[in-house]
Amino acid sequence: MIAIDIVGDEDLELLLEEVASVYGYDFTDYSKASIKRRINRICLIDKHKSFTELRYKILNDQSYLSRFIEEVTVNVTEMFRDPTFYKTLKEKIIPQLGVNSFIKVWIAGCSTGEEVYSISILLHEAKLAHKAIIYATDINPTVLETAKKGIYPISQMKLYTENYQNSNGTEDFSTYYSANYDHVKFKEYLRKNVIFSTHNLVSDRSFNEFQLVICRNVLIYFDKILQDKVFNLFDGSLESLGYLALGSKETIRFSDLNLTYKQINKEKIWKKTR
Amino acid sequence: MEKNKINPKIEILVIGGSAGSFEVLLQILPKIKFDIDFVVLVVLHRKHNSNTSIADLFGNKTSIPVYECEDKDSLVPGNIYFAPADYHLLIEKDRTVSLDYSEKENYSRPAIDITFKSASDVFKEKTLAVLLSGANRDGANGLKYISQNYGTTIVQDPNEAEISTMPNEALKIFEPNYILGFKEIIKLINSL
Ligand SMILES: C[S@@+](CC[C@H](N)C(=O)[O-])C[C@H]1O[C@@H](n2cnc3c(N)ncnc32)[C@H](O)[C@@H]1O
Repeated sequence: MIAIDIVGDEDLELLLEEVASVYGYDFTDYSKASIKRRINRICLIDKHKSFTELRYKILNDQSYLSRFIEEVTVNVTEMFRDPTFYKTLKEKIIPQLGVNSFIKVWIAGCSTGEEVYSISILLHEAKLAHKAIIYATDINPTVLETAKKGIYPISQMKLYTENYQNSNGTEDFSTYYSANYDHVKFKEYLRKNVIFSTHNLVSDRSFNEFQLVICRNVLIYFDKILQDKVFNLFDGSLESLGYLALGSKETIRFSDLNLTYKQINKEKIWKKTR
Repeated sequence: MEKNKINPKIEILVIGGSAGSFEVLLQILPKIKFDIDFVVLVVLHRKHNSNTSIADLFGNKTSIPVYECEDKDSLVPGNIYFAPADYHLLIEKDRTVSLDYSEKENYSRPAIDITFKSASDVFKEKTLAVLLSGANRDGANGLKYISQNYGTTIVQDPNEAEISTMPNEALKIFEPNYILGFKEIIKLINSL
């Protein structure tokens, strides 16, 4: 799907400014190339023939806003994506968390929840779930509804089971869900210690202190300046000696945190050293 | 098969490849002379979760520094970059990289089309693009887009490509500047 852009650079800036001032969703510091592609993609899919048409629709049809947000904020995700990351969590990080009397984890940008159930499974297997709480947040309320239900297509289970096994998971993965025709539902106990809530990393503040903050494949959509702002938000939300986990191609290398955080193994996990 | 002369000064060489391209890249990349003054960016379809690092694989075979991109890395002339597995790669105006974990395109992530278009948007007529062997139709539209934006386009000779589908799909929709075998591709790159 390639076409000459309907929304150009200046249109994009104007639109993002307006969406921010009218609706309070501020995408102005998102990575320009990505967001421009997403917005032009919406034009193709929803058949807006001009920028004016798209702009009119967004600014005058509030119900279209959620569609806009859904498309702009990519919500593709997987369970146990990058098995070696989960292996390191399981073997190096989670046991460390166990020394606390109460474990608090924040999963920011959790999308439809696949990551949340993966972490919850690790906590259960480590027998730490009873004293753990997971805050799972996202900007988009629609994906959180799916996350709360924990219902996913059965067609995905082959991949997720493989990922789970590759992360050194030793249980029978199918014990974690019940299957029903073409869907599976993850077991109730896996979401018992989870609080799902909207939280916008651009505009909302720190709301607690955690020993582990996981934010994967969200910062790639932000420019460096916004990334830096969010790193500071995470820093302010981490206890000393807490851990920050990012996506497999994301880094704190360009930020001040680089000075006070130490990388664990070669994974994208850093320990706060103060 | 030469349609016109290469444009002013190439600032980026983007190469897209799929099935059957790995071996061709092993021929091409090590033979690129080390003092190039443009960026080389490769989008190669490959298995996610393959443990060997692509940068190490090629890095051992050339004196040009080879990197696998991370988010917001700068594309520096004189280096070779690979798109990481399982992310789309876009280029920002300041020539840093933005990765994107969105839907596959042409059943592919990274999609060659996405990076070709993005390179063309930033580097315009200073883009040189090569489309190699492959079993699908990714890259064809992107290459055409580059051509329409006055970049220079090369399609690997379908007679030589291990799998000719990808080159042929491109040739179906537009006429590139060159259709070349890998030896001529090397010669052309080193003449820049
Ligand atoms: C590609 S998904 C990543 C999902 C999951 N973390 C993973 O790695 O598989 C990106 C998610 O970030 C969320 N997101 C985007 N902008 C956000 C913001 N400003 N605040 C919070 N979440 C945001 C999107 O709604 C989406 O669910």
